[in-house]
Amino acid sequence: MLEVDTCCKSYRTGAFGSGELLAVRDVSFAVSPGEVVSLIGESGSGKSTIGKMILRLVPTTRGSITFDGLDISGMSGRKLKEYYGDVQGVFQDPFSSYNPIFKASHVFTMLRKEYFAGLSSAEWNVKLERSLEAVSLNPGDVLNKYPHQLSGGQLQRMLIARALLLQIRLLVADEIISMLDASTRIDVLNLLGDLKGRGLGVLFITHDLSLGNYISERTMILRRGTIVEMGATEKVFGNPLHPYTKMLIASVPHLHKKWDQIEREVGASVREHVLREETTDEPADEDEGALPLRQVEQDHYVAL
Amino acid sequence: MSLRVDDLTVYYQSLRGDVKAVDGATFQIADGEIMGVAGESGCGKSTLGKSLIRFDARMRYVKGTVELDGRKLPVWDDSKMNPFRFKDVSIIPQYALSALNPTRQIGTMATELLRARRIEPDTVLPEFKRRLKLVGLNHDVLDRFPIELSGGMKQRVVMVLSSLLDPSLLIADEVTSALDVSTQRAVSELLVEFRDRGFVKSMIVITHDLSVLYQIADTILVMYAGKLAEKAPAETVVNSPRHPYTQLLLSSLPEVGVRYAEKRLSGIPGRPPPLIDPPTGCRFKTRCPLAFARCDEEPPFASLEPGHMAACWKAEKAEAA
Repeated sequence: MLEVDTCCKSYRTGAFGSGELLAVRDVSFAVSPGEVVSLIGESGSGKSTIGKMILRLVPTTRGSITFDGLDISGMSGRKLKEYYGDVQGVFQDPFSSYNPIFKASHVFTMLRKEYFAGLSSAEWNVKLERSLEAVSLNPGDVLNKYPHQLSGGQLQRMLIARALLLQIRLLVADEIISMLDASTRIDVLNLLGDLKGRGLGVLFITHDLSLGNYISERTMILRRGTIVEMGATEKVFGNPLHPYTKMLIASVPHLHKKWDQIEREVGASVREHVLREETTDEPADEDEGALPLRQVEQDHYVAL
Repeated sequence: MSLRVDDLTVYYQSLRGDVKAVDGATFQIADGEIMGVAGESGCGKSTLGKSLIRFDARMRYVKGTVELDGRKLPVWDDSKMNPFRFKDVSIIPQYALSALNPTRQIGTMATELLRARRIEPDTVLPEFKRRLKLVGLNHDVLDRFPIELSGGMKQRVVMVLSSLLDPSLLIADEVTSALDVSTQRAVSELLVEFRDRGFVKSMIVITHDLSVLYQIADTILVMYAGKLAEKAPAETVVNSPRHPYTQLLLSSLPEVGVRYAEKRLSGIPGRPPPLIDPPTGCRFKTRCPLAFARCDEEPPFASLEPGHMAACWKAEKAEAA
C-alpha cells in the first residue's frame, strides 16, 4: 500500500543555511493494509521526519514515496485531497492539536466542511457517532466540551475518530501515546490493534520499545537517519543482531528483570555506548550506518 | 531514620477552592534508602517532592511535620528553610534540562551558585571536577555553555551540582523522563552510584515510570489522587502489590515480550477524581473493581506487614483472613 523507496531528507543548518544535516538517509520500507509497522528510534534519529514526509508536511530531498503506486510528491489540488482522505496523522501532544478557543468538536466541523459538504446533518451525526463509538467514546461526553475539559486520552481518541471518519487506510501515529498516563495509554494502544483488525495500516512511530513490541507485526530500528535492523517484530526483539538494537533492548527498564541480567542475556554494554556517543562529536559521519541492509533470515534484515 | 514525614498536607490555592494535592502523607525513609514515588500525572507526587524543599507561591502548608536526621524542617517557612536547602536537602528539579542558565558557562554558573550560598568555590571545585569525571564528563564542560551539551550530559551536570554538598536527602523529580532509553539507563544507574558512594544519604526518586523504579529503588511509594496508596520494597510492589490501584496499574503496563496478539492488556476505566472536591472516603473507589460500602470511609494508610503499607480496606481484610 505505502512504499517508501530510498528516501532522504536533509535540513539546512547554521546561520545562513550553509550547513547540511542529513536527517534521513536511504530509508526504504513498506506498509501493507492491516499491518502495524513500528518505527523505533531515539531522539534525533529522524523517525518523526519520516512520518512528516509521508504526510507531506515536509518535502523529500531524494527518493520516492508512493501510495498505491502513485508518487505522492507531485500531488496537488484534488489529488492531494484524495490522498489525505486515505492517509492521516495523529501526533504526540493532543492538547496542541486542538484550538483551545473552539470546542473540541471543531476538528470534526472543519473536516465536514472540507470532505462531507454534501451530507445532511442527520447523516453526518450518525456517521460521527459511529466513528466516536469505534474509538469507545461516548458522543455525549465529548462533543460539547472544550479541549481543557477532556483528558489527553479522550482528545487523542477523538483525533483518531476524526481520521476514521475519512475511512483512511493508513494512519501515521507519531508518538501518540507517549504523553498519556499509564492507565489510559494501553486503551489507545488496544484501539490501534482493533483498527488493524479492520484493515487499517498503521505506521507507529515511537521511542518506547515495549510499546512497539506490544502492538506491531513488523519493526524497524532507526539510528541517525538509517534503518539498522528491520523485520518481523518477534525476530528483531527475539534475536537482535545489530549492536545498536542489542543496546536499546538492554536499556529498556523491565518490570521483572533487572538491567544487569538483561544486559548479560543480550550481550551489550549500555554504558560504553553512551560514553562513545558523547565523545564522537560529528554524529553523521559518512562511513557509519550507511551500510546496506542484508537479509539474515526470512523477514529479518540487518545493516552489518 | 533519615526522613520522617508525618501527616503532611499541602494544598494549592485556586479561585475555585483548595486543590488537595498532598493529603495526610505519612512515611519514613531509612538511611541509604532510595524511595521511588510513582503515580499518574496530577497525583501529587511532584508536589510531595517540592514540599520537602521549597513551596512555590501557590502552595499552602496545611499541617504535618517533616523531620530530617532528627531535626524538624520548617518547610512552611521559606526563609527558615534556606540554611537547609542545598546543604541538607537538595533537588534535581523536573525539567532539569532547562534548569541551567543558558547565558552562563557551566563553570561560571557553578561558582555563582556556590557564592550565593556563601561557599568559597575553590574549596569545592576540585571535588566538583572529580565528580564530573566520575559521571563521564571531562573538565572542559566547565567552559561550555548548556546548549553545547546533550540532554544526558546536562542532566548529569545538574545531578552533580545538586548533590555537591553531600545532602542528606536528594529529591530527583522525573530526572529520566525526557531522556532516550540508553541515557535514561545510564542516568538512573548513576543515581544509585551516588547513593553507594555516600554523596547523598537517601533519595526520593519521583517518576511516572514504575519499571525504572523497579530497577533502581529500594522501596516504592505509589500515590493516587493526592493520597498515599501503597509503600513497600520494590520487589513487593511489583510482584505482590496489595492495593487494587497498584495491581491495575501494573497490569496495564506493556513489557517487552508482551504482545497484543497473544495477551491483551487493559487499562483502568475512568479518570482520577478532581482534587478540588475529591470524594469522601477512598479516592479510588469509583474506579475500583473491589469497592464496597465501607470504601465511603477513608481507609488508613496501615501497615500490612513490616515495611509494607497500604490504604485499602480489602488489603487489610486479606491479611486477617
